[in-house]
Amino acid sequence: MGLRAERVSWQVGGELIVDGVSLEPAQGETVGLLGPNGSGKSTLLRLLSGVRPVSAGVVSLDDVPIQRVGRRNVARRIGVVEQQADTEVDMTVFEVVGLGRVPHRRPWAGETAEDERAVRSALESTGLADKAGRCWHTLSGGERQRVQIARALAQQPRELLLDEPTNHLDIRHQLELLGLVVRLPVTSVLALHDLNLAAMFCDRLLVLRQGRAVVAGTPGEVLTPDLVAEVYGVRAEVTADGPEGRPSVRFLPGEPVEQGTASRG
Amino acid sequence: MSVSRTRSGGVGTTLLWVCGLVLLTLSVAFTITIGPAEIAVGNVWAVVGEHLGLGDSGLSLIREGIIWNLRLPRTVLAAVCGAGLGLCGVVMQALLRNPLADPYVLGISSGASTGAVAVVVLGVGSGVATLSLGAFLGSLCSFVLVLVFGHLVGSTPDRMILAGVAAMQLFSALTSFIVMSAADAEQTRSVLFWLLGSLGGTGWEEVWPCLGVLLVVLAVCLLKAPALDAFTFGHDAAAALGVSVTRTRTSLLIATALLTATLVSAAGAIGFVGLVLPHAARMLVGPGHRRLLPTTVLVGAIFLVWIDTVARTMLDPQEIPVGVMTSLIGVPAFAVVLYRSRKTRRS
Repeated sequence: MGLRAERVSWQVGGELIVDGVSLEPAQGETVGLLGPNGSGKSTLLRLLSGVRPVSAGVVSLDDVPIQRVGRRNVARRIGVVEQQADTEVDMTVFEVVGLGRVPHRRPWAGETAEDERAVRSALESTGLADKAGRCWHTLSGGERQRVQIARALAQQPRELLLDEPTNHLDIRHQLELLGLVVRLPVTSVLALHDLNLAAMFCDRLLVLRQGRAVVAGTPGEVLTPDLVAEVYGVRAEVTADGPEGRPSVRFLPGEPVEQGTASRG
Repeated sequence: MSVSRTRSGGVGTTLLWVCGLVLLTLSVAFTITIGPAEIAVGNVWAVVGEHLGLGDSGLSLIREGIIWNLRLPRTVLAAVCGAGLGLCGVVMQALLRNPLADPYVLGISSGASTGAVAVVVLGVGSGVATLSLGAFLGSLCSFVLVLVFGHLVGSTPDRMILAGVAAMQLFSALTSFIVMSAADAEQTRSVLFWLLGSLGGTGWEEVWPCLGVLLVVLAVCLLKAPALDAFTFGHDAAAALGVSVTRTRTSLLIATALLTATLVSAAGAIGFVGLVLPHAARMLVGPGHRRLLPTTVLVGAIFLVWIDTVARTMLDPQEIPVGVMTSLIGVPAFAVVLYRSRKTRRS
C-alpha cells in the first residue's frame, strides 16, 4: 500500500541516472535520501512523483502503477516541493498556496469553500496564517520554502516529496523547516545533503551513489565512518551522541584510510 | 500592486465584468459617432435595432450605411482585435513564464503577415479563408522557430525575446522580399498595412471569423485556466500539480497562433496590445487566470476601440495606422514592465 518503488531505473542518452532502486516508505514515516551530487536523488524523487516515466521497474500508488493513476489523481495524493521555486508573477502567499488546489478544481468552476478551508489549514500548519497577504517577492528564502510546503499541503497529499528543501537556508531555518516536515501527518521522502540533519530528523535513510542504492536503514545503522568514506570519499568520526542517541557525524581532514572503490579526485 | 490582497473577491470581479461590458458597449456606440459625418448615439442604437429586427431606424440609407457598413464593423473589429491580442498575451506570458511575451514581440504576428502577404501576392487565392490559412501557417512557422531557437539558446525570458526579435526581423524581411519581387504598385501599398496594422476599410466579412475564433479560443483558455495557473512556478511544478504539460502547452500555443493569425489577416500586425494589457488586467484582479482572462479580454477591447478612434481622427482627414498608435503607447509601457521585472528578480 501507499507509495512504492520497485527496482526503478531511469536513463538518458544510454547513461543510467537511477539504477534499480527500491523504496517503500511506511505510513507517516520520514525517509531521507542521501548521496553526493549527481547520485540520482532528484531524479528518484521525480520518478516517485510520476513527473518522469521510469525506464524500468515500477512506481506504484496503492499497488496501481503511477502512470495509470492519472496525473490529476497523483497530484491529489502526492505533494512535491522543489529545491528552489521562483516566479516573475506578482503573487500573494495566499495565491501561491492556492495553486495547491489546482488538481482539485473542476473546469469552469471557481474556488469552493473546501478550497478556502484547505488553504487556510495549510497556512496554519506551516505557521504562515499571518503572512497570507504578503507578496511572494518580499519573502525570505526560508519563508518561500515554507510557502511551497504549504502549497503542497493544500493539495491534501498523503505523501510529500521534497528535493533538498533546506538548500540556501541558514541553520536556524533548516532546523525549523525539517522540524515542520517531521511533524506533518504525511509520509515524507526528502533528499538531503547534510548528514547530521538527516540523522536528526529522518526515521530511515537510503544512500545512493551513481544511481544505485548503497545501503538503507535507520540513521544508526546507515551512518558509519566506512559508509561516509565509501560514498563521499571523506574521513569522518561517528558518535551516538545526537538527540535520542542518534548518530552525529564529525568530518576530519585528510584522505580516508580505506577508500574502497571510490576514486580519488 | 496591492500587498494586502488575499483573494480578489468573487462578487467584486463579477461587478467589474458587468461594468466592463457596459463600458465596452457605450464605448463602441460613442466612438461610432465620432467622425466626418454627424451621427448621434441614438442613431447607432436605432440602426443596430433595425438589423436585429426591431423596426425601421428612420435614417437615410446613406447614414444607415455609414453606421452599419463602415463604422460599426470597424469598431467591432477593433474591440475583437484588442480582446484577442490581450488573450494571446496572457496565455503566452503564462506558458512561456515570460512577462514580456506577446504575439508581436515574439515575431508571431510578423510570421502571420508573411503568410498572408504570400497568399495575396503570389495569387494563391484571395478569400478570407485562404488568407487566414496562409497567416496561420506563417504564424506557426515563426512560433516553432522562436520556440526551438529560444530553447537552443537557453529559454530564459531575455533570450526568448531575442529569439523573437530575430524572428520578427526575418519575417519582416521575407514580407518585403515577397512584395518587392512579385507585387505591383497596389500590392506594395498594402504591405504597409500588414507591417503596421490598420483597421481601415473593414467589413463584416472580416469581423465574423475573428469574433468566432476569439470566442472559441477564449472558451478553451477558460477551460484550461487552472492549468495556466499551475505554470506559475515552471513546467515541473505544473506537472506535479497534475497538468499534462506537453499537451496543454502545445494545444494552447497552437490556439494562440490561430487567433493571432486570424486577427493579423483582418487587421495586420498590431503591436504591444498583448504585452501591456495583461499587466494592466493583473493589477485589477490579480494573477488567477479564471478572473484574469475575461478581464484582459474586456480591457483589451475597450482599449483598442478608443485607440483606433484616436488613430482615425487625430490627424483628420489623414488616418494613422492603429499599429503606429499602439506602438507609441506600448513601447514606454514595455520599458516599465522590463524595469519592474528587473526589480522583482533582484529582491
